Amino acid sequence: MTTAIGSEITFDDQSVPGGDESLPPGVSVYALAWRRLRRNWVALFFGGLFLVIVVMCLLAPVYSADIAHMNQTAGSPTSTITIGGKQTFVTSAVGVPIGPTWHLGQYFLGADELGRNLAVRLLYGGRNSLAVGGIAMVLTMFFGVLLGVMAGFFRGAADTIVTRVMDLIWAFPAILLGITLNITININGLGPFHHTTVVTTGIVVGFLFIPYVVRPIRAQVLTMRSREFVDAARQQGLGSVRIMLGEILPNLSSEILVFIPLIFANAIITEAALDYLGAGLQPPTPSWGSIIQEGLQQFPAAFHLVLIPGIMLVLTVMSVNIFGDGVRDALDPRAKVRT
Amino acid sequence: MARFLARRLLLAGLMLVVISIATFLLFVVALPGGNPAPLIAGRLATPAEVHLISVRYGFDKPLWIQYIKTMANIFNGSAYSYNQGFNVLTEIKDGFPVTLSLALGAGFFWMLSSIALGTIAAVRSGKYQDRVLTVLAMVGVSMPPFFFGSLVIYFLGYKAGILPLQGYVSLVSNPAQWFWHLIGPWLTLSILFIGFYSRVLRSSILNAMSEDYVRTARAKGLSERRVLVKHILRLSLLPVISLFGLDMAQVIGGGAILTESVFGLHGVGYLAYEAVGNFDTVTLLEIVMLTALAVVLMSALIDIMYAVLDPRIRLT
Repeated sequence: MTTAIGSEITFDDQSVPGGDESLPPGVSVYALAWRRLRRNWVALFFGGLFLVIVVMCLLAPVYSADIAHMNQTAGSPTSTITIGGKQTFVTSAVGVPIGPTWHLGQYFLGADELGRNLAVRLLYGGRNSLAVGGIAMVLTMFFGVLLGVMAGFFRGAADTIVTRVMDLIWAFPAILLGITLNITININGLGPFHHTTVVTTGIVVGFLFIPYVVRPIRAQVLTMRSREFVDAARQQGLGSVRIMLGEILPNLSSEILVFIPLIFANAIITEAALDYLGAGLQPPTPSWGSIIQEGLQQFPAAFHLVLIPGIMLVLTVMSVNIFGDGVRDALDPRAKVRT
Repeated sequence: MARFLARRLLLAGLMLVVISIATFLLFVVALPGGNPAPLIAGRLATPAEVHLISVRYGFDKPLWIQYIKTMANIFNGSAYSYNQGFNVLTEIKDGFPVTLSLALGAGFFWMLSSIALGTIAAVRSGKYQDRVLTVLAMVGVSMPPFFFGSLVIYFLGYKAGILPLQGYVSLVSNPAQWFWHLIGPWLTLSILFIGFYSRVLRSSILNAMSEDYVRTARAKGLSERRVLVKHILRLSLLPVISLFGLDMAQVIGGGAILTESVFGLHGVGYLAYEAVGNFDTVTLLEIVMLTALAVVLMSALIDIMYAVLDPRIRLT
């Protein structure tokens, strides 16, 4: 008996703490989150759908060159298509474009009022919409986290300035500010930009969302800066920059991860809204919002120009949102209690 | 309370000044040379005419004098749009009933629906009702107003003929038509908020359910219904109310640009949108100030409501 207990508590010199075979291996927060996410079929399905949409849009040049044999600006109202031996114009005598033909090579989703191929423009438009969303998201996250961490960590004057400036941006209606900045860039240029492009629109949209990230990040950092691990780091003689990068930032990673899909989805919607109001990408550059706007000019005759890009837009944003919701549930330790 | 209000109002005033300066500068930067005179004079004007207009409107004066003059005009109610020629205050007064009808009706609808749906989702959390509502909320959050509005107009208005296509009829002239014309806009504006609010309310109810005071309420034998309404909902509504106040302020201040333009409602939002397109600094300044004022007042109101609903909070 005593020997048994004794043998159990004898330390083996060669074993390192935690390396004992009989103990279960440590599991990181992210591995746990991934386990939870893997069981969430709805989130995975929509995550997959988003990937499919991205790949489809990336393949736009392949579709336009090899299947549709038209580029995004080609076509005229007098173009014709031949289906089943019957030749028809792509726009009617009064200028109403045809709807979907469902023939892959021939105006699969129909034409627009200039006789351009909607399917081709939809894919290229998707690239532009996704690119604006991506640029905006990267920009928002970078500056949002940077400003939020600095404001929360340094407090004092830095905090006051950042918070007040964010309040100022917040008080201005977001869409109105977006239109104003975009029109300014397009008419007169702002700094290095002289007309609206995918990049400038991405920057403008990204700018609009910075306050939405700064506020919660700052609040989080405020509670974190007086915690023991920050004190410990300071006692070790680490400087502010190293504490922020090495101690605080890793503790914010799940917050940041939750924000990424949220900002991306909202940036895509905002870009489409700017296009719809005529203050986004300029023609003939396609984007989902601008195709909808052009379609509404011919309301109600050419409703496929509204319906198809609209469905693409909603599907994309929805898949990002649902996947993001799944990620948030997976990262939240209380998720098990909640569902 | 009085001190709280005084400090809030002082802060609001300061905020308004800063916002107006920022807007003013933004538009000066936007215009070629910072001078709207060429835009007013038109394409065929001679340089002499442009100069004459500059002098007449005071565009040749230093910026800060221009700013003060503009602001003085706005507060006198005598601000005229340079390029449109209308009195801005009259235009806003014309558009305000439209925007207010839209905002109040939609706000009532989205608040009621969110409370109902959020509560159902929380009470039935994990069951199929919750799952269905979660997916529906996600659809709502992902729905751009201009697209949803187009769907409503096309399917309910054009195809089915149930709703009017566009436009606004004033409440005073014909209440039934007013209601009829606003159903589409109310629905469109509400969809997004219902999706978001019901999610927020759901998680805030679920958090509240594990609080001690809820267990106490149950332990003293209150019915489940009474616990839910009097104890859980009362506190869980706080975050939703604060969202509601700010969103409402934005909509009243002309934030529902997309809904207003899809349904052809000539409200404050539509006016602001047109003003941006025309580089109409004066109109935009006045509308932005209105929004900011609404936001600041609403957030003060929210803080007061917080204190009423949650006895633990004191206003200082």
